[in-house]
Amino acid sequence: MNSSLIALEICVLALGTVLMLADFWMPAERKKFLAYFAAVALAGLFIAGFSGSSFCNTFGTAFNGAFVEDALALFFKRFFLVAAILVLFLTAEFSDKLAGGVAEFYSLIIFALSGMLFAASANDFAMLFVSIELITVTFYVLTSFQRGRLGSLEAGVKYLIIGALSSAFMVFGIALILGTTGKMNFTELAQVAPQYAGNKLFLTGVLFLLAGLGFKISIVPFQIWTPDVYQGAPTPTTAFLAVGSKAAGFVLLLRFLFAAIPTVTHQWMNVLIVIAGVTILFGNLCAIPQRNLKRLLGYSSIAHAGYLMLGVAALSATGQSALMYYLAGYLFTVVAAFTVIALVMRHLDNEDIASLAGLNQRSPILASTLTLAMVSLAGVPPLAGFFGKFLLLKAVIQQAQATGNHGYYCLVFTALAGVLISFYYYFGVIRAIYWSREAKDLSPIPLSGAAKLSIGACIAGMLWLGIFPNTILEVANEASKALGL
Amino acid sequence: MSILTHIAGWPLVAALALVFVPRNYRVIIRAVALLATFVSMVLAIKMFCHYGSAEAGPSGYRFEQQIPWVESLGISYHVGVDGLNVGLILMGAIVAFAAALCSWEIQSREKEFYILLLLMSGGILGAFASLDLFFFYFLHELALVPTFIMIGVWGRGARRNYAAFQITIYLSIGALLALIGLIALYLEAGANTFDIPALIKYAKVNPLSADAQHFIFPLLLFGFGILVSLWPFHSWAPLGYGAAPSPTAMIHAGILKKFGLYGLIRVALPLMPQAAHSWMNILAWLCLGNILYVGWVTMRQRDLNLLIGNSSVAHMGFIFLGIASLNLIGITGAVFVMVAHGFLAALTFALSGYIYQKTGTLEMSELGGLCRKLRFVGTVLVMAAMAGCGLPGFANFVGEVSVFFASWTVFPVVTVLAVWGALVIGGIYMTRAVRNILHGPLPERYANLPDAGLWRKLPYALLLASLLVFGCFPKLLTDQITPDADKIVSMANPMPDQGRVTVSQIETPGAPN
Repeated sequence: MNSSLIALEICVLALGTVLMLADFWMPAERKKFLAYFAAVALAGLFIAGFSGSSFCNTFGTAFNGAFVEDALALFFKRFFLVAAILVLFLTAEFSDKLAGGVAEFYSLIIFALSGMLFAASANDFAMLFVSIELITVTFYVLTSFQRGRLGSLEAGVKYLIIGALSSAFMVFGIALILGTTGKMNFTELAQVAPQYAGNKLFLTGVLFLLAGLGFKISIVPFQIWTPDVYQGAPTPTTAFLAVGSKAAGFVLLLRFLFAAIPTVTHQWMNVLIVIAGVTILFGNLCAIPQRNLKRLLGYSSIAHAGYLMLGVAALSATGQSALMYYLAGYLFTVVAAFTVIALVMRHLDNEDIASLAGLNQRSPILASTLTLAMVSLAGVPPLAGFFGKFLLLKAVIQQAQATGNHGYYCLVFTALAGVLISFYYYFGVIRAIYWSREAKDLSPIPLSGAAKLSIGACIAGMLWLGIFPNTILEVANEASKALGL
Repeated sequence: MSILTHIAGWPLVAALALVFVPRNYRVIIRAVALLATFVSMVLAIKMFCHYGSAEAGPSGYRFEQQIPWVESLGISYHVGVDGLNVGLILMGAIVAFAAALCSWEIQSREKEFYILLLLMSGGILGAFASLDLFFFYFLHELALVPTFIMIGVWGRGARRNYAAFQITIYLSIGALLALIGLIALYLEAGANTFDIPALIKYAKVNPLSADAQHFIFPLLLFGFGILVSLWPFHSWAPLGYGAAPSPTAMIHAGILKKFGLYGLIRVALPLMPQAAHSWMNILAWLCLGNILYVGWVTMRQRDLNLLIGNSSVAHMGFIFLGIASLNLIGITGAVFVMVAHGFLAALTFALSGYIYQKTGTLEMSELGGLCRKLRFVGTVLVMAAMAGCGLPGFANFVGEVSVFFASWTVFPVVTVLAVWGALVIGGIYMTRAVRNILHGPLPERYANLPDAGLWRKLPYALLLASLLVFGCFPKLLTDQITPDADKIVSMANPMPDQGRVTVSQIETPGAPN
């Protein structure tokens, strides 16, 4: 086994341990800065990946094929590193509201990150389950971290119960698949899966496993926890949940559907179409009446899970690379939005949209950042959200023409309806920033240098992806080839 | 770099630069916006003058430039002009400069306003110059979204929020339908390129299947149709323009609205001739809805802005009629009306903005006798109203009369009805507006109304002069439109077209040419 394959994961785990140990010796008032240390260390690992050395650049498999390092894994690992760095910056801004040890919070983020890194490489049911649990269990703690806030505890309990339920489904599904086929490894399963394509027990197992993954990415009908948890959890947790946890669910979904059971996936074309369509409509329609900004983003995150499912339902390499591109744009957009929420609503108990009133005068930078984020989520050029939706729609229409399945055309128009509905509530947020009358508090919002840096990075990311999509699209195309469709 | 990149690029770069200017440097912000649109206009005029002598580029367009953007999808930044868009770009740049000049009415949040205004101007000029389907759509969308924000933030009247949301949702439906149509077109063509000249060249050898054409063409027709306020999808326009600040209304009604029409002529007709033929009959009857029904609605309006908004919807009917006739004179006339109406719509909205600014109302029953005080503005308004009902000497006449000549051969009944709409209905509402606003007794409270100063006269003079120049010398434009309209017509009519007439034979009777 080539040990350099998991060098990145080992480094990240070591970093998490160092942070936990630092908690003992670090004076309390300096602990906030551990976040910057961790972020710099992760940035170092990220850059080392591009240095051309063998460090997280060698492709191959380890642990008897349970762990695979390929272009797809590499794409998602880089994605997770960037997400964690931005979330750490966000956490540092938020640290004074975290009652329990801050350093603990940082190390939990790092551990969740390591779970995501393993998920990106999982090629085996055991690895899939372990990485999912590593992510989910750390998120139980991260969600209920503000022990003094009832909302946070409530969110934690909800996430725990539904998360445990979905894990149970997943284990049961894995057991059924293993019981019928006798295979744990995706590559081996792919060879025998076609003969089981009509086996009811096997298909039930697949369905249960999809239910478990559906919970991670919050698609209908497994989305019910999302708004509550998004609203109650501490803002940095919500951001990481929206970006990291969702992307981890998607990479596992892609690998499972397209590397392990491609024949079954093609049989289930219509199921995927319906799930994508219903998810888009549900998320967008429910977001309309929301007054709480985090809850609104919770519903919008369901809607975006639906858009991302377009890329899965398209059953093609174009769809997959569109999905990856969309996730990359979504990363910067969502983190930007949550960073602004964390900064603006630092001293408020609820994140009511009305409290954005006068933000334009209080901090023009934050106002324009949130505006750009909303505009990008709505899918307006020249930001990343537009090109992402363009690619996803193109992939679906392409598949519609290739298969002649009218369901795909219906899906396209459903997605359009979703985009239209979303204009209403995204522009509602922009309206609250710029032209609401009753602004009570007009005190300027101080911004630390680090906050400016991370906001600047998010804006640059949104614009760069939107205006120069070529680079990232090439990488995503390369990554989708790893799935061999 | 092509001159077209500069024409669209100056406003966009200026918008970016304004982001970094502190908001209290009002003079600098305004100066940057004016300078950028002015340079863009001068370059557009230069481009227009040199159009005839410029050499055609590799795909047969002048001032071409092509830079690959996303190679795996066949998207490239490709700009170029031919007869169809040379006039539109000139009109767009002049209107954009006039709109920037008229922006003195904006008193709050100038920085954001000018940034959005520049984004609109640069975006739409880029969309007209673009020969790549993706950029064509992308840049239009970039220009469209600021409209919504501007109506919401700087709009007037109690119903501006309603108007802002209505126009947002309505136009987004149109834009998204067109997007689906364009993506489907790209995929069906199978050439793996978004490049319009390459697509057309490819489609000559491998035409799109009839099924695909019949699926895609209605998407484009109604998607673009909504953007152009094709009856019965027009109800966003009067309300939206009524609530919009006048520079926004000038740019939207003047330039952005022509995007859908241009898209139909540039993309839909040459690539989907079969479907086009089967839809043109329906289109001709729909445009009667614009001309007659909306004309009737216009007669009932009491508010000047709603009247102008409705009349601009009615004028779109002539352009659709020109397109529907699918012959050389019709397409030439349609393109001509597009340019002429751009100047006219911008001019009328600019004037109504001035009147609103000075009197605080646009209710025609509240106004009267203004010509005594506003000598210059009043005179220009009379001329604009006359241009609007198609008086010879103004550019609109040339275009509209060509459209009628063209449609007579194809849809005689529609033409007869449309001419009624054009002459009688248009005449009634325009002259009535002139009488109510400019003549009659002057209310006491307007005794001290100031006429426009030199700077404020400039945009009106500029737009009026353009209308007159193209009205008296239509050859300047038709000579350039005709060869390329001919190409579109020959692609849209696979049958040989009998008895072609050139536009020069039907020029304005009284025009000194």
